[in-house]
Amino acid sequence: MKLQDFVVPEAVVPQLAAATRDEAVAELIDALIAADAAPGGLRDELIEAVLKREKNGSTGFGKGVAIPHVKHEKITKVAAGLGVSATGVDYNALDKQPVYSIFLLLSPADQPDQHLHAMETIFGHLQNDTFRSFLRQAETHEAVTTLLEEADTQSL
Amino acid sequence: MSTASANLTIRNRLGLHARPAMSLVDTASAFASDIKIGKGKQVVDAKSIMQLMMLAATKDTELTVTAEGSDAEAAVAAITALVESKFDEE
Repeated sequence: MKLQDFVVPEAVVPQLAAATRDEAVAELIDALIAADAAPGGLRDELIEAVLKREKNGSTGFGKGVAIPHVKHEKITKVAAGLGVSATGVDYNALDKQPVYSIFLLLSPADQPDQHLHAMETIFGHLQNDTFRSFLRQAETHEAVTTLLEEADTQSL
Repeated sequence: MSTASANLTIRNRLGLHARPAMSLVDTASAFASDIKIGKGKQVVDAKSIMQLMMLAATKDTELTVTAEGSDAEAAVAAITALVESKFDEE
């Protein structure tokens, strides 16, 4: 699976306004709804579900990245929003450090394998120091989407 | 130093997603041994969430666990028990 298969370009937020985890989750859910990748009527429910998942164990896995996610029956296709914060988000990460890149992933409840493949793709790229540092520095929408393209074609 | 290993099959419907992967990291990290999880030719560090998630271990995926160190056998036994319990999900 490629990043461009599920990262919704219109839900890329190169300069997150959020300073905290809860704000960042809301901002990315709003971006996914604005991009028609999630139903607007589910806004509060999705935010609540993602935050509930975070309370079971932070998805701020270290290295300045977080991958909040939820599986929901009304989601029909795996979709991710991507937020970048230059100043860092207070995310309650496992290593207690700020988070600079956030992939928020929504998956259909009945396709657990698709969810795992999307996570594999995200983690695979986030393991790459070059990808992570370019993503953290990306300040424009174009910089982020170009980076995703390069990552998918493995030209990093 | 001793070495131990076992074959495992992921049985829970959702596969090795983030929460069970974290449980596996927590279990592995309690041991001093070096612990690897293998899926075919792909071998990753059982104490790294980032690496475990790259396995995309869906339901019915076969994995191997290999530990090397003073507590290798106990480590393999603990991880085997965790996977067989379906991570308490079902």
